Amino acid sequence: MVEFRMPSLGADMEAGTFVEWLKKPGDRVSRGEIIAVVETQKGAIEIEVFQSGTLETLIAKPGQKLPVGAPMAIIRGDGEAAAAFAPPPAPAVKALETRPPPAKAPVAPALATPSAGIHTSPAARRRAAELGIDLQKLVGTGPDGAVTSADVERAAAAPSAAAAMRQAIGAAMARSKREIPHYYLAHSIDLDPCLRWLASENEKRSVAERILYGALLLKAVALALHDYPEFNGYYVDGAFRPSAQIHLGVAVALPKGGLVAPAIHDADRLPLPQLMVALRDLVNRARRGGLRSSELADSTITVTSLGEQGAESLFPVIYPPQVAIFGFGMVLDRPWVVDGTVVPRHVISASLAGDHRVSDGHRGGRFLTAVAQMLQKPEAL
Amino acid sequence: MNEKELKATVLKALASVVPELDEAHLAPEKNFREQLDIDSMDFLNYVIALCAATKIEIPEADYRKIASVDGTVAYLAQHQKRSSAT
Repeated sequence: MVEFRMPSLGADMEAGTFVEWLKKPGDRVSRGEIIAVVETQKGAIEIEVFQSGTLETLIAKPGQKLPVGAPMAIIRGDGEAAAAFAPPPAPAVKALETRPPPAKAPVAPALATPSAGIHTSPAARRRAAELGIDLQKLVGTGPDGAVTSADVERAAAAPSAAAAMRQAIGAAMARSKREIPHYYLAHSIDLDPCLRWLASENEKRSVAERILYGALLLKAVALALHDYPEFNGYYVDGAFRPSAQIHLGVAVALPKGGLVAPAIHDADRLPLPQLMVALRDLVNRARRGGLRSSELADSTITVTSLGEQGAESLFPVIYPPQVAIFGFGMVLDRPWVVDGTVVPRHVISASLAGDHRVSDGHRGGRFLTAVAQMLQKPEAL
Repeated sequence: MNEKELKATVLKALASVVPELDEAHLAPEKNFREQLDIDSMDFLNYVIALCAATKIEIPEADYRKIASVDGTVAYLAQHQKRSSAT
Protein backbone atom coordinates (compact mmCIF):
# COMPACT_ATOMS: atom_id res chain seq x y z
CA MET A 1 0.00 0.00 0.00
CA VAL A 2 1.23 3.49 -0.71
CA GLU A 3 -0.06 6.84 0.34
CA PHE A 4 -1.14 9.27 -2.31
CA ARG A 5 -0.07 12.59 -0.82
CA MET A 6 -0.72 16.27 -1.33
CA PRO A 7 1.97 17.13 -3.89
CA SER A 8 4.29 20.11 -3.79
CA LEU A 9 3.55 22.17 -6.88
CA GLY A 10 6.42 24.56 -6.49
CA ALA A 11 8.69 26.10 -3.92
CA ASP A 12 5.99 28.51 -2.86
CA MET A 13 3.33 25.92 -2.04
CA GLU A 14 2.75 24.94 1.57
CA ALA A 15 -0.79 23.56 1.39
CA GLY A 16 -3.66 22.93 -0.97
CA THR A 17 -7.40 22.70 -0.55
CA PHE A 18 -8.84 19.42 -1.71
CA VAL A 19 -11.70 19.96 -4.18
CA GLU A 20 -12.88 16.60 -5.51
CA TRP A 21 -12.06 13.02 -6.36
CA LEU A 22 -12.35 11.97 -10.00
CA LYS A 23 -12.21 8.28 -8.97
CA LYS A 24 -13.94 6.22 -6.34
CA PRO A 25 -12.67 3.49 -4.00
CA GLY A 26 -12.04 0.24 -5.86
CA ASP A 27 -11.26 2.01 -9.15
CA ARG A 28 -8.12 1.04 -11.00
CA VAL A 29 -5.68 3.94 -11.45
CA SER A 30 -2.69 4.12 -13.75
CA ARG A 31 0.52 6.06 -13.37
CA GLY A 32 0.04 9.54 -14.83
CA GLU A 33 -3.74 9.43 -14.57
CA ILE A 34 -5.57 12.44 -13.16
CA ILE A 35 -7.51 11.35 -10.10
CA ALA A 36 -8.17 14.49 -8.05
CA VAL A 37 -8.49 18.25 -8.20
CA VAL A 38 -6.79 20.50 -5.67
CA GLU A 39 -7.18 24.26 -5.33
CA THR A 40 -3.88 26.09 -4.89
CA GLN A 41 -2.78 29.68 -5.05
CA LYS A 42 -2.22 29.00 -8.74
CA GLY A 43 -5.80 27.92 -9.28
CA ALA A 44 -7.48 24.53 -9.55
CA ILE A 45 -4.88 21.90 -10.48
CA GLU A 46 -5.53 18.38 -11.72
CA ILE A 47 -3.48 15.94 -9.66
CA GLU A 48 -1.88 12.93 -11.30
CA VAL A 49 -1.10 9.67 -9.57
CA PHE A 50 2.41 8.21 -9.77
CA GLN A 51 1.58 4.69 -8.72
CA SER A 52 -0.52 2.23 -10.67
CA GLY A 53 -2.91 0.11 -8.66
CA THR A 54 -6.29 0.19 -7.05
CA LEU A 55 -7.66 3.13 -5.16
CA GLU A 56 -8.20 1.57 -1.76
CA THR A 57 -9.27 4.39 0.57
CA LEU A 58 -10.07 8.05 0.12
CA ILE A 59 -8.84 10.18 3.00
CA ALA A 60 -9.12 13.78 1.80
CA LYS A 61 -12.53 15.36 1.85
CA PRO A 62 -13.77 18.28 -0.24
CA GLY A 63 -12.95 21.57 1.42
CA GLN A 64 -10.07 20.22 3.53
CA LYS A 65 -6.93 22.30 3.50
CA LEU A 66 -4.00 19.90 3.67
CA PRO A 67 -0.28 20.61 4.00
CA VAL A 68 2.11 19.38 1.33
CA GLY A 69 2.86 15.72 2.04
CA ALA A 70 -0.40 14.97 3.84
CA PRO A 71 -1.95 11.65 2.78
CA MET A 72 -5.02 12.05 0.58
CA ALA A 73 -5.67 8.40 -0.30
CA ILE A 74 -4.31 4.87 -0.05
CA ILE A 75 -3.42 3.01 -3.22
CA ARG A 76 -2.94 -0.74 -3.33
CA GLY A 77 -0.16 -1.61 -5.73
CA ASP A 78 -0.53 -4.26 -8.40
CA GLY A 79 -0.10 -7.72 -6.90
CA GLU A 80 -0.74 -6.59 -3.33
CA ALA A 81 -3.53 -8.27 -1.41
CA ALA A 82 -6.56 -6.19 -0.59
CA ALA A 83 -6.82 -5.03 2.99
CA ALA A 84 -9.01 -7.27 5.13
CA PHE A 85 -10.98 -4.22 5.95
CA ALA A 86 -10.31 -0.65 5.12
CA PRO A 87 -11.43 1.79 7.70
CA PRO A 88 -10.51 5.36 6.84
CA PRO A 89 -7.07 5.74 8.39
CA ALA A 90 -6.37 8.78 10.47
CA PRO A 91 -4.35 11.25 8.43
CA ALA A 92 -0.70 11.31 9.46
CA VAL A 93 -0.80 15.05 9.04
CA LYS A 94 -3.80 16.84 10.37
CA ALA A 95 -5.90 18.90 8.02
CA LEU A 96 -5.20 22.57 8.53
CA GLU A 97 -8.83 23.50 8.26
CA THR A 98 -11.99 22.49 6.54
CA ARG A 99 -13.98 24.93 4.56
CA PRO A 100 -16.49 24.70 1.78
CA PRO A 101 -14.82 23.47 -1.39
CA PRO A 102 -13.76 26.33 -3.60
CA ALA A 103 -15.83 27.01 -6.66
CA LYS A 104 -14.17 25.43 -9.68
CA ALA A 105 -15.39 28.04 -12.10
CA PRO A 106 -13.91 31.53 -12.06
CA VAL A 107 -15.80 33.57 -9.52
CA ALA A 108 -18.14 36.07 -11.12
CA PRO A 109 -18.73 39.42 -9.50
CA ALA A 110 -20.66 38.64 -6.38
CA LEU A 111 -24.27 39.68 -6.45
CA ALA A 112 -26.13 39.25 -3.24
CA THR A 113 -29.53 38.40 -4.54
CA PRO A 114 -32.04 36.53 -2.42
CA SER A 115 -31.55 32.96 -3.54
CA ALA A 116 -34.54 30.73 -3.63
CA GLY A 117 -33.88 27.19 -2.48
CA ILE A 118 -30.84 28.00 -0.34
CA HIS A 119 -31.13 26.77 3.21
CA THR A 120 -30.02 29.71 5.31
CA SER A 121 -31.03 31.96 8.16
CA PRO A 122 -32.36 35.49 7.68
CA ALA A 123 -29.30 36.80 9.54
CA ALA A 124 -26.91 35.00 7.19
CA ARG A 125 -28.90 36.22 4.19
CA ARG A 126 -28.79 39.80 5.48
CA ARG A 127 -25.06 39.59 6.20
CA ALA A 128 -24.41 38.15 2.73
CA ALA A 129 -26.26 41.10 1.20
CA GLU A 130 -24.21 43.55 3.28
CA LEU A 131 -20.91 41.92 2.27
CA GLY A 132 -21.81 41.28 -1.37
CA ILE A 133 -21.47 37.51 -1.04
CA ASP A 134 -23.35 35.26 -3.43
CA LEU A 135 -25.06 32.61 -1.30
CA GLN A 136 -25.29 30.32 -4.32
CA LYS A 137 -21.50 29.90 -4.21
CA LEU A 138 -21.33 28.87 -0.57
CA VAL A 139 -21.54 25.41 0.92
CA GLY A 140 -23.18 25.57 4.30
CA THR A 141 -21.68 24.01 7.43
CA GLY A 142 -24.83 24.43 9.53
CA PRO A 143 -27.52 21.83 10.25
CA ASP A 144 -28.60 20.05 7.05
CA GLY A 145 -26.04 22.06 5.12
CA ALA A 146 -27.54 25.41 6.02
CA VAL A 147 -25.44 28.45 5.19
CA THR A 148 -24.67 30.17 8.47
CA SER A 149 -23.53 33.69 9.26
CA ALA A 150 -20.10 32.21 10.03
CA ASP A 151 -19.96 30.71 6.51
CA VAL A 152 -20.71 34.14 5.09
CA GLU A 153 -18.07 35.84 7.24
CA ARG A 154 -15.50 33.20 6.27
CA ALA A 155 -16.24 33.67 2.57
CA ALA A 156 -15.87 37.43 2.95
CA ALA A 157 -12.55 37.06 4.76
CA ALA A 158 -11.05 34.61 2.27
CA PRO A 159 -8.44 36.27 0.08
CA SER A 160 -9.40 36.60 -3.54
CA ALA A 161 -7.78 34.25 -6.02
CA ALA A 162 -5.75 37.15 -7.40
CA ALA A 163 -4.53 38.15 -3.92
CA ALA A 164 -3.61 34.55 -3.10
CA MET A 165 -1.66 34.21 -6.33
CA ARG A 166 0.14 37.49 -5.74
CA GLN A 167 1.07 36.24 -2.28
CA ALA A 168 2.47 33.01 -3.75
CA ILE A 169 4.49 34.85 -6.39
CA GLY A 170 5.79 37.25 -3.77
CA ALA A 171 6.83 34.43 -1.46
CA ALA A 172 8.69 32.54 -4.20
CA MET A 173 10.43 35.61 -5.54
CA ALA A 174 11.38 36.85 -2.05
CA ARG A 175 12.91 33.45 -1.34
CA SER A 176 14.74 33.58 -4.65
CA LYS A 177 16.19 37.02 -4.02
CA ARG A 178 17.10 36.06 -0.46
CA GLU A 179 18.82 32.77 -1.25
CA ILE A 180 20.06 32.88 -4.83
CA PRO A 181 23.05 35.04 -5.75
CA HIS A 182 21.80 36.08 -9.19
CA TYR A 183 23.93 37.34 -12.02
CA TYR A 184 22.46 38.82 -15.16
CA LEU A 185 23.56 38.77 -18.79
CA ALA A 186 21.94 40.08 -21.96
CA HIS A 187 22.52 39.63 -25.65
CA SER A 188 20.81 41.07 -28.74
CA ILE A 189 19.80 38.54 -31.38
CA ASP A 190 18.95 39.09 -35.05
CA LEU A 191 15.60 37.39 -35.43
CA ASP A 192 15.21 37.93 -39.18
CA PRO A 193 16.37 34.41 -40.13
CA CYS A 194 13.68 32.97 -37.85
CA LEU A 195 10.92 35.29 -39.01
CA ARG A 196 11.73 34.76 -42.70
CA TRP A 197 11.81 31.00 -42.27
CA LEU A 198 8.56 31.03 -40.28
CA ALA A 199 6.75 33.19 -42.85
CA SER A 200 7.65 30.67 -45.52
CA GLU A 201 6.78 27.67 -43.31
CA ASN A 202 3.48 29.09 -42.17
CA GLU A 203 2.39 29.75 -45.76
CA LYS A 204 2.24 25.98 -46.16
CA ARG A 205 0.30 25.41 -42.97
CA SER A 206 -3.35 25.73 -42.06
CA VAL A 207 -4.15 28.39 -39.46
CA ALA A 208 -4.33 25.87 -36.62
CA GLU A 209 -0.93 24.41 -37.55
CA ARG A 210 1.00 27.67 -37.75
CA ILE A 211 4.04 28.12 -35.59
CA LEU A 212 4.78 31.20 -33.49
CA TYR A 213 8.33 32.46 -33.14
CA GLY A 214 8.02 31.79 -29.41
CA ALA A 215 8.23 28.07 -30.15
CA LEU A 216 11.56 28.64 -31.94
CA LEU A 217 12.92 30.51 -28.92
CA LEU A 218 11.95 27.65 -26.62
CA LYS A 219 13.46 25.01 -28.86
CA ALA A 220 16.72 26.94 -29.18
CA VAL A 221 17.04 27.23 -25.38
CA ALA A 222 16.18 23.54 -24.90
CA LEU A 223 18.76 22.37 -27.46
CA ALA A 224 21.49 24.71 -26.20
CA LEU A 225 21.07 23.24 -22.71
CA HIS A 226 22.64 19.98 -23.95
CA ASP A 227 26.00 21.74 -23.86
CA TYR A 228 25.25 23.79 -20.73
CA PRO A 229 23.81 21.33 -18.23
CA GLU A 230 24.73 23.51 -15.26
CA PHE A 231 21.72 25.68 -16.05
CA ASN A 232 19.25 22.78 -16.04
CA GLY A 233 18.30 21.32 -12.68
CA TYR A 234 17.75 22.17 -9.04
CA TYR A 235 19.75 23.49 -6.14
CA VAL A 236 18.63 21.41 -3.17
CA ASP A 237 20.19 20.80 0.26
CA GLY A 238 23.27 22.82 -0.51
CA ALA A 239 24.13 21.13 -3.79
CA PHE A 240 23.26 21.35 -7.47
CA ARG A 241 21.41 18.40 -8.91
CA PRO A 242 21.47 18.50 -12.69
CA SER A 243 18.48 17.10 -14.52
CA ALA A 244 18.93 14.54 -17.27
CA GLN A 245 15.67 15.73 -18.79
CA ILE A 246 14.90 19.19 -20.08
CA HIS A 247 11.51 20.37 -18.88
CA LEU A 248 11.04 23.99 -19.90
CA GLY A 249 8.87 26.05 -17.59
CA VAL A 250 7.01 28.58 -19.70
CA ALA A 251 5.90 31.75 -17.91
CA VAL A 252 2.31 32.46 -18.88
CA ALA A 253 0.60 35.73 -17.96
CA LEU A 254 -2.95 35.18 -16.74
CA PRO A 255 -5.89 37.31 -17.83
CA LYS A 256 -6.76 38.44 -14.31
CA GLY A 257 -3.18 39.14 -13.29
CA GLY A 258 -0.39 36.97 -12.00
CA LEU A 259 1.39 34.22 -13.85
CA VAL A 260 2.18 30.53 -13.78
CA ALA A 261 5.13 28.70 -15.32
CA PRO A 262 4.03 25.16 -16.20
CA ALA A 263 6.46 22.81 -17.91
CA ILE A 264 6.73 21.47 -21.42
CA HIS A 265 8.26 18.08 -20.73
CA ASP A 266 11.30 16.97 -22.75
CA ALA A 267 11.12 20.11 -24.85
CA ASP A 268 14.48 19.35 -26.49
CA ARG A 269 13.11 16.13 -27.98
CA LEU A 270 9.90 17.53 -29.41
CA PRO A 271 9.91 18.33 -33.13
CA LEU A 272 9.01 21.99 -33.67
CA PRO A 273 5.38 21.41 -34.78
CA GLN A 274 4.77 19.26 -31.71
CA LEU A 275 6.45 21.78 -29.46
CA MET A 276 4.09 24.42 -30.85
CA VAL A 277 1.08 22.17 -30.19
CA ALA A 278 2.32 21.58 -26.64
CA LEU A 279 2.91 25.30 -26.10
CA ARG A 280 -0.55 26.27 -27.34
CA ASP A 281 -2.19 23.58 -25.25
CA LEU A 282 -0.25 24.62 -22.17
CA VAL A 283 -0.98 28.34 -22.52
CA ASN A 284 -4.67 27.70 -23.15
CA ARG A 285 -4.98 25.43 -20.12
CA ALA A 286 -3.00 27.84 -17.95
CA ARG A 287 -5.47 30.59 -18.84
CA ARG A 288 -8.68 28.59 -18.92
CA GLY A 289 -8.07 25.84 -16.37
CA GLY A 290 -6.81 22.27 -16.46
CA LEU A 291 -3.11 22.42 -15.54
CA ARG A 292 -1.73 19.17 -14.15
CA SER A 293 0.38 18.67 -11.07
CA SER A 294 3.40 17.34 -12.98
CA GLU A 295 3.41 20.44 -15.16
CA LEU A 296 3.75 22.69 -12.13
CA ALA A 297 6.32 20.62 -10.30
CA ASP A 298 8.74 19.46 -12.97
CA SER A 299 10.29 22.53 -14.64
CA THR A 300 14.07 22.34 -14.71
CA ILE A 301 14.55 25.87 -16.07
CA THR A 302 12.10 28.65 -16.91
CA VAL A 303 11.75 30.76 -20.05
CA THR A 304 9.82 34.00 -19.94
CA SER A 305 8.96 36.17 -22.90
CA LEU A 306 7.37 39.60 -22.91
CA GLY A 307 5.89 39.02 -26.35
CA GLU A 308 5.16 41.78 -28.79
CA GLN A 309 3.77 44.39 -26.46
CA GLY A 310 6.16 44.28 -23.55
CA ALA A 311 9.44 46.00 -22.80
CA GLU A 312 12.66 45.81 -24.78
CA SER A 313 14.45 43.60 -22.28
CA LEU A 314 13.97 42.04 -18.88
CA PHE A 315 15.96 40.84 -15.90
CA PRO A 316 14.06 37.78 -14.71
CA VAL A 317 14.12 36.28 -11.23
CA ILE A 318 15.01 32.60 -10.88
CA TYR A 319 12.22 30.33 -9.67
CA PRO A 320 13.70 28.22 -6.87
CA PRO A 321 14.93 25.54 -6.66
CA GLN A 322 15.81 26.06 -10.33
CA VAL A 323 19.16 27.68 -11.07
CA ALA A 324 18.51 29.73 -14.20
CA ILE A 325 15.84 31.61 -16.07
CA PHE A 326 15.95 32.76 -19.67
CA GLY A 327 14.12 35.91 -20.78
CA PHE A 328 13.18 37.41 -24.11
CA GLY A 329 12.07 41.00 -24.62
CA MET A 330 9.86 42.30 -27.39
CA VAL A 331 10.97 42.20 -31.01
CA LEU A 332 12.06 45.62 -32.26
CA ASP A 333 13.18 47.07 -35.60
CA ARG A 334 16.81 48.01 -35.09
CA PRO A 335 19.82 48.98 -37.23
CA TRP A 336 22.12 45.97 -37.56
CA VAL A 337 25.51 45.68 -39.20
CA VAL A 338 25.79 42.89 -41.78
CA ASP A 339 29.04 42.59 -43.75
CA GLY A 340 29.98 46.17 -42.92
CA THR A 341 26.61 47.60 -43.94
CA VAL A 342 23.89 48.88 -41.65
CA VAL A 343 20.59 47.20 -42.41
CA PRO A 344 17.21 47.15 -40.63
CA ARG A 345 16.58 43.95 -38.71
CA HIS A 346 14.11 42.52 -36.25
CA VAL A 347 16.09 42.26 -33.05
CA ILE A 348 15.21 40.56 -29.78
CA SER A 349 16.99 40.96 -26.48
CA ALA A 350 17.71 37.68 -24.73
CA SER A 351 18.69 37.69 -21.08
CA LEU A 352 19.84 35.10 -18.63
CA ALA A 353 19.71 35.12 -14.86
CA GLY A 354 22.02 32.49 -13.42
CA ASP A 355 22.73 31.19 -9.94
CA HIS A 356 26.30 31.96 -8.90
CA ARG A 357 26.32 28.95 -6.57
CA VAL A 358 26.23 26.79 -9.69
CA SER A 359 27.57 28.73 -12.68
CA ASP A 360 29.34 31.91 -13.59
CA GLY A 361 28.97 34.68 -16.12
CA HIS A 362 31.51 33.25 -18.53
CA ARG A 363 29.52 30.06 -19.05
CA GLY A 364 26.28 32.03 -18.98
CA GLY A 365 27.54 34.20 -21.81
CA ARG A 366 28.47 31.14 -23.83
CA PHE A 367 25.02 29.70 -23.21
CA LEU A 368 23.37 32.93 -24.40
CA THR A 369 25.41 33.08 -27.58
CA ALA A 370 24.76 29.40 -28.24
CA VAL A 371 21.03 30.16 -28.23
CA ALA A 372 21.64 33.13 -30.55
CA GLN A 373 23.57 30.93 -32.98
CA MET A 374 20.81 28.35 -33.03
CA LEU A 375 18.29 31.02 -33.91
CA GLN A 376 20.33 31.89 -37.01
CA LYS A 377 19.54 28.43 -38.41
CA PRO A 378 15.84 27.94 -37.65
CA GLU A 379 15.54 25.11 -40.15
CA ALA A 380 17.77 23.02 -37.87
CA LEU A 381 15.59 23.50 -34.79
CA MET B 1 -23.24 37.35 -44.13
CA ASN B 2 -24.14 41.02 -43.93
CA GLU B 3 -22.06 43.51 -42.03
CA LYS B 4 -24.02 43.08 -38.80
CA GLU B 5 -23.60 39.31 -38.93
CA LEU B 6 -19.91 39.65 -39.72
CA LYS B 7 -19.43 41.94 -36.73
CA ALA B 8 -21.25 39.47 -34.48
CA THR B 9 -18.98 36.70 -35.79
CA VAL B 10 -15.87 38.78 -35.11
CA LEU B 11 -17.01 39.61 -31.57
CA LYS B 12 -17.83 35.98 -30.88
CA ALA B 13 -14.34 34.94 -32.03
CA LEU B 14 -12.85 37.63 -29.80
CA ALA B 15 -14.98 36.54 -26.85
CA SER B 16 -13.64 33.02 -27.26
CA VAL B 17 -10.22 34.32 -26.18
CA VAL B 18 -11.41 37.16 -23.95
CA PRO B 19 -14.47 35.77 -22.14
CA GLU B 20 -14.93 38.96 -20.12
CA LEU B 21 -15.07 41.07 -23.31
CA ASP B 22 -17.14 44.21 -22.83
CA GLU B 23 -18.13 45.50 -26.24
CA ALA B 24 -19.14 48.87 -24.79
CA HIS B 25 -15.52 49.53 -23.84
CA LEU B 26 -14.01 48.34 -27.09
CA ALA B 27 -13.21 50.93 -29.78
CA PRO B 28 -13.97 48.97 -32.97
CA GLU B 29 -11.68 51.07 -35.14
CA LYS B 30 -8.66 50.63 -32.86
CA ASN B 31 -6.25 47.75 -32.49
CA PHE B 32 -7.91 45.35 -30.06
CA ARG B 33 -4.67 43.58 -29.25
CA GLU B 34 -3.55 46.68 -27.42
CA GLN B 35 -6.96 47.40 -25.92
CA LEU B 36 -7.47 43.87 -24.63
CA ASP B 37 -3.82 42.97 -24.02
CA ILE B 38 -4.00 40.01 -26.38
CA ASP B 39 -0.69 38.24 -26.94
CA SER B 40 0.40 36.28 -30.00
CA MET B 41 -1.01 32.98 -28.67
CA ASP B 42 -4.47 34.37 -28.01
CA PHE B 43 -4.36 36.23 -31.33
CA LEU B 44 -3.66 32.90 -33.03
CA ASN B 45 -6.62 31.41 -31.12
CA TYR B 46 -8.75 34.31 -32.35
CA VAL B 47 -7.71 33.72 -35.96
CA ILE B 48 -8.42 30.00 -35.61
CA ALA B 49 -11.90 30.75 -34.20
CA LEU B 50 -12.56 33.26 -36.97
CA CYS B 51 -11.47 30.87 -39.72
CA ALA B 52 -13.60 28.09 -38.23
CA ALA B 53 -16.67 30.36 -38.16
CA THR B 54 -16.26 31.86 -41.63
CA LYS B 55 -14.49 28.99 -43.46
CA ILE B 56 -12.05 31.62 -44.72
CA GLU B 57 -8.35 30.73 -44.51
CA ILE B 58 -6.60 33.95 -43.47
CA PRO B 59 -2.92 34.04 -44.45
CA GLU B 60 -0.43 35.19 -41.85
CA ALA B 61 0.54 38.12 -44.08
CA ASP B 62 -2.96 39.54 -43.60
CA TYR B 63 -2.91 39.45 -39.79
CA ARG B 64 -2.28 43.19 -39.54
CA LYS B 65 -5.57 43.79 -41.43
CA ILE B 66 -7.60 41.94 -38.83
CA ALA B 67 -6.25 43.50 -35.66
CA SER B 68 -9.34 45.68 -35.12
CA VAL B 69 -13.03 44.80 -35.17
CA ASP B 70 -13.77 47.19 -38.05
CA GLY B 71 -10.70 46.02 -39.93
CA THR B 72 -11.71 42.38 -39.60
CA VAL B 73 -15.29 43.07 -40.72
CA ALA B 74 -14.01 44.97 -43.77
CA TYR B 75 -11.52 42.20 -44.54
CA LEU B 76 -14.16 39.48 -44.35
CA ALA B 77 -16.67 41.53 -46.37
CA GLN B 78 -14.09 42.08 -49.09
CA HIS B 79 -13.25 38.39 -49.10
CA GLN B 80 -16.96 37.53 -49.45
CA LYS B 81 -17.32 39.99 -52.33
CA ARG B 82 -14.32 38.49 -54.11
CA SER B 83 -15.60 34.98 -53.58
CA SER B 84 -19.08 35.79 -54.90
CA ALA B 85 -17.57 37.53 -57.98
CA THR B 86 -15.62 34.43 -58.98
